Amino acid sequence: MASAPSSTTDGIHLPDTARDLVKILVAGPFGVGKTTLIDSVSEIRPLHTEELLSEASAQVDDLDGVREKSTTTVAIDFGRISLPGGIVLYLFGTPGQERFRSLWEDIAYGALGALVLVDSRRIDASFDVLGLVEETGLPYAVAFNAFPDAPDHHTDAQLRAALDLEPGTPMVTCDARDANASIDALLALVHHLIDRHPPEHR
Amino acid sequence: MTGRRAGRPLVPAYLSTGGVTRSSRPQLERLSVLTGSRLPVPAGPSAGLPAAALSLLDALDGGSLTVVEAAALLRLPVSAVRVLAADLIDRDLASARAPIPPARRFDPDLLKRVADGLRALKHH
Repeated sequence: MASAPSSTTDGIHLPDTARDLVKILVAGPFGVGKTTLIDSVSEIRPLHTEELLSEASAQVDDLDGVREKSTTTVAIDFGRISLPGGIVLYLFGTPGQERFRSLWEDIAYGALGALVLVDSRRIDASFDVLGLVEETGLPYAVAFNAFPDAPDHHTDAQLRAALDLEPGTPMVTCDARDANASIDALLALVHHLIDRHPPEHR
Repeated sequence: MTGRRAGRPLVPAYLSTGGVTRSSRPQLERLSVLTGSRLPVPAGPSAGLPAAALSLLDALDGGSLTVVEAAALLRLPVSAVRVLAADLIDRDLASARAPIPPARRFDPDLLKRVADGLRALKHH
């Protein structure tokens, strides 16, 4: 109805036309550019929830460069894109460390798939994420966030081997700050989902 | 200063639900859509609605919200909003629906429409 303010800047309420709400995880280690990518395509300013971490997580301490290591919560960013036909696509920035496993499962529930962001300067930081995605059975695509000082001497084949990707897993490079590049990365994932037929895992 | 500049809720999360930790119905999903019923809220302390539940109702006044959006808006954990929303639903003050109507969840056409929609968003 006409009561909803139509200023799109803080229009957090769902449009009346919203019918099919779907989500894609934007997964990756801290600092890889998840929020940047979500911000570049989201119609709302990315929001976040504070999520409580379960215990039993303290021994894994690989939050390189991240302050407040003693915190018991983690912020999960998300954004939203309204598409024609009543589809609303949500993007959830999901950290992939083992310590977030139960949170991960809750967020991943019902997701179409995952776009795994990788920083080619520290590929090994993404191993945990890839492990969780594969365990969850979520179909995924890999996007290298193009940091300016990223090494460019690796071939696709080398990167694919380093990440132990299956031949069919899409691998793209994107600049997470750029909306078109981020959309292309999401499209690489969605096309992959279409190609693998209706999923039966969920 | 008396403001809430740090963005910290005035009521700790564990008290926001009035001490209830488990919701009375099947788990709401993060993307379950909450809608206020716009029925008058019973007044008086006997109504027993925690302040955070009233805040949630207020937030739904402007339109529907997903569980996760309500949590972000109210600065509460998703788990707390699940409990609060379930309470409101039990009292017919709000309703929830699944993110996708069940019949559409495995609609093979859905992914194609997502792809078409994303493509249309690109700036050339």
